[in-house]
Amino acid sequence: MTLTSIIFAGILTYLTRMTMIALISRDMLGDKIKAVLEYVPSAVFPAIIFPGIFINDFGTFIEMNDPKIFGALVAVIVGYFSKNIIATISAGLVSYWFLIFVVFN
Amino acid sequence: MFTKKQLFTRGMLDISPHMLSVIPFGIICGAIGVELGFHPYLVYAMSFIIFGGASQIVFLQLLSGGASSLVAVASVGIINSRHLLYGAVLSEYLEKLSFIKKLFISYVVVDQGFAESNKFFKKNRSEKFLHYHLIGTGCTMWVCWQIATLSGIVLGSFVPEELGLKFAIPLTFIAIVVQDLKKLDHVIVMITCGLSSLLFFDAPFKSYIIISPIIALFVAALLLRLKK
Repeated sequence: MTLTSIIFAGILTYLTRMTMIALISRDMLGDKIKAVLEYVPSAVFPAIIFPGIFINDFGTFIEMNDPKIFGALVAVIVGYFSKNIIATISAGLVSYWFLIFVVFN
Repeated sequence: MFTKKQLFTRGMLDISPHMLSVIPFGIICGAIGVELGFHPYLVYAMSFIIFGGASQIVFLQLLSGGASSLVAVASVGIINSRHLLYGAVLSEYLEKLSFIKKLFISYVVVDQGFAESNKFFKKNRSEKFLHYHLIGTGCTMWVCWQIATLSGIVLGSFVPEELGLKFAIPLTFIAIVVQDLKKLDHVIVMITCGLSSLLFFDAPFKSYIIISPIIALFVAALLLRLKK
């Protein structure tokens, strides 16, 4: 029963991956649409970033002094100047840990 | 001109830093599935059949919370519908491939792989075997995701929960978009998307994940019109 649902979810997910790559040809998208598609990373990833920072595991908003906000700011600053993915992630995590284990403890 | 092997390796290298967040997250996903009371084989089957990060956790949480399978399946479809946008962007670079190759490559398109390969594609448009970069990012992600979820399933959550490693996921995506903060139009689009995602967070079937990008792309279209 659950396996059947997993297979359906898998097929659906695969279709979302495949449809635009395999079934749409370049000519079907006009220049205007292509220009807008340049913004896809900036238009999609914040929908993963913002809730990951500002909404907790229970689906409610965090307090404004939540360590995650500080960690994210540090990650943005380090990422902007270092242009390094590992440095960005580590800086965010370490500053977050510093607050939850050292400052707020 | 790069060779196929060089492009594949370059893809692997470009995505590997993201494994710092993907591997702990995969372990957490595997462990949560077992903790929620699902059979280990089923939890693992998802990594192979769905291969879709957060959507796997949502699926199991909904089912264990008493939601119908229809709701759970629909939610996975909606969460992963963002791949339609990735596909639309990538199609430009993959159009010369045969239909069969496109079908295989589609299976390994993931968020981080799309992001890194798209950055590479923009800089190297003239390369002949560009798709090997995407295969490199996708396969690296696939192997790491299988190993990580499997270890979470077998060993349980050996990553201490207090570390809050789920927070590494927003950080990985910050690393992806942070250089675009230099461009005002991108900043506006990002803020639109981010605020919309918070505003629509409670919309049914986790649809905020596709509603907010659509709103943000409309804003992008408006900005393009203003620029002219």
